[in-house]
Amino acid sequence: MPSAAVDKGRLDVPLIEVKGVYYSYNHLEVLTDVHLNVYSGDFLALIGPNGAGKTTLIKIILKLLKPKRGEIRLFQQKLKDFKDWSLIGYIPQKATHFDPLFPVSVREVVAMNLPQARWYDFWTKKMKEEDVIQALKVVGMENYIDERIGYLSGGQQQRVFIARALVSQPKVLILDEPTTGVDALTQEKFYDLLAKLNKEKGLAIILVTHEIGIINRHINRVACINRRLVYHGSHAEFCQSDFFRQMLAEGHHMIWHKH
Amino acid sequence: MQVLWSSFQYGFFQRALLAGLGVGLACALLGVFLVLRKDAMIGHGLAHISFAGVAVGLFFGWLPLFSALGLTVVTAGILVKIRQRAGVYGDTAIALVSSFGFALGILLVSMSEGLNVNLFAYLFGDILTISTLEVEISLILAAVVVLVIIFSFRDFLFATFDPEAAQVAGIPEKRVEFLLTILAGVTVVLGMKVVGLLLVVALMVIPAASALRVARNFRQALLLAVVFSLSEIMVGLCLSFLLDIPASAGIVLLGFTVYLVVLFSGIRWPRRI
Repeated sequence: MPSAAVDKGRLDVPLIEVKGVYYSYNHLEVLTDVHLNVYSGDFLALIGPNGAGKTTLIKIILKLLKPKRGEIRLFQQKLKDFKDWSLIGYIPQKATHFDPLFPVSVREVVAMNLPQARWYDFWTKKMKEEDVIQALKVVGMENYIDERIGYLSGGQQQRVFIARALVSQPKVLILDEPTTGVDALTQEKFYDLLAKLNKEKGLAIILVTHEIGIINRHINRVACINRRLVYHGSHAEFCQSDFFRQMLAEGHHMIWHKH
Repeated sequence: MQVLWSSFQYGFFQRALLAGLGVGLACALLGVFLVLRKDAMIGHGLAHISFAGVAVGLFFGWLPLFSALGLTVVTAGILVKIRQRAGVYGDTAIALVSSFGFALGILLVSMSEGLNVNLFAYLFGDILTISTLEVEISLILAAVVVLVIIFSFRDFLFATFDPEAAQVAGIPEKRVEFLLTILAGVTVVLGMKVVGLLLVVALMVIPAASALRVARNFRQALLLAVVFSLSEIMVGLCLSFLLDIPASAGIVLLGFTVYLVVLFSGIRWPRRI
């Protein structure tokens, strides 16, 4: 189901527009003609098998990779003109993205993402205190403010990274398989927190995940990528779809589905 | 004690101390970032380029500090481009550039007579013979390095801790890498008279490595690296004066001893400070 069909009838302006994006690593095409819109209030699960291009698509949206063809618009601006990155919060893959031996406190991690933070803000204990504490309170980590990030559990670390993303007051949160290697109970709490942010703060959320089962009750849109957009629709439609039934039959393994 | 106190009255000792402390401050701050970026050996690579720069200066009769600074900073920029564009592993790029620098230095030395004695002061350090002009240049350059670190603090910290998220927050990782490598080039040249080109990497790495074992947060890591660095340079200089040993060896061996003590004692900065 192409994106345009799913969005037909919507009057609001998308926060993120992906238009006909192509990407290839060397000569291997990993994304082909992908169209996708993300609106305010969306909780979008981006699913697909390993190597399907989910992370590549996220990195293109975040300007970490340059598409071979196609266009990205963020907040109605072309990607090359977009400057206000504080509107987008990014939480990278948990397992790989930081060195646990790095001597940095929770306070310092969160303050890093304050665009207005200066060196002296890191040097005093009052370092943008209100902004940092407020962001940590949202994720329930304010009591760990002076703890070294590497000493926290995987779930707690991810909460701190959400606080870091929230401190710049974003409108969209993008998470790339944030709970890899985290136990099921912690995952569930983590996704409850995301749902709260989505409902109470109206944050649009894009979640790259394999764990479609655990987030089922929170999401309102699903996009399945397997080099091209093979499914895109509301969560309700997704649950009724042949595609979903096929997924269940295959034990949650994603399949190639041509339109 | 009387001998030690009297040493502070000598102009050469005061100059050595002043230059040493300025260089120590710049090396300690920069070293913390380089070690955490797993780029500690960049100082060693750029030191080899400085060797060629010193040889060029001595060959043409220029002040070696200037020729070394020019060549090292330009090469530092090229090194970053090689890493970013050619897709070469970081340590391979360092090996390429450092071997080129050393070969160039050897060539220039072989073409001239009487260079060898002067070169020794730069290879092994000779801080007690540092001139007033060299002290002034060293302090100015050290101040520049420290100011750049201060004004780019958030960018350096974010890009070092989490390059991808920093990039998304609008901090270009390539610019940070470029700036830090240029600063490393400047700092190497600063350190060459203090401990010599062959040991300059020690000034960047040892205080930072000790500090990173003790610190619980980044603020403490920087503070401790500076404290370790300055005290090692000061005590090392005094030891060299008292025991009549080379200052470079005194400073580096003392630094290494401190690192071993920190490593085996497992000492940590107390909580809630």
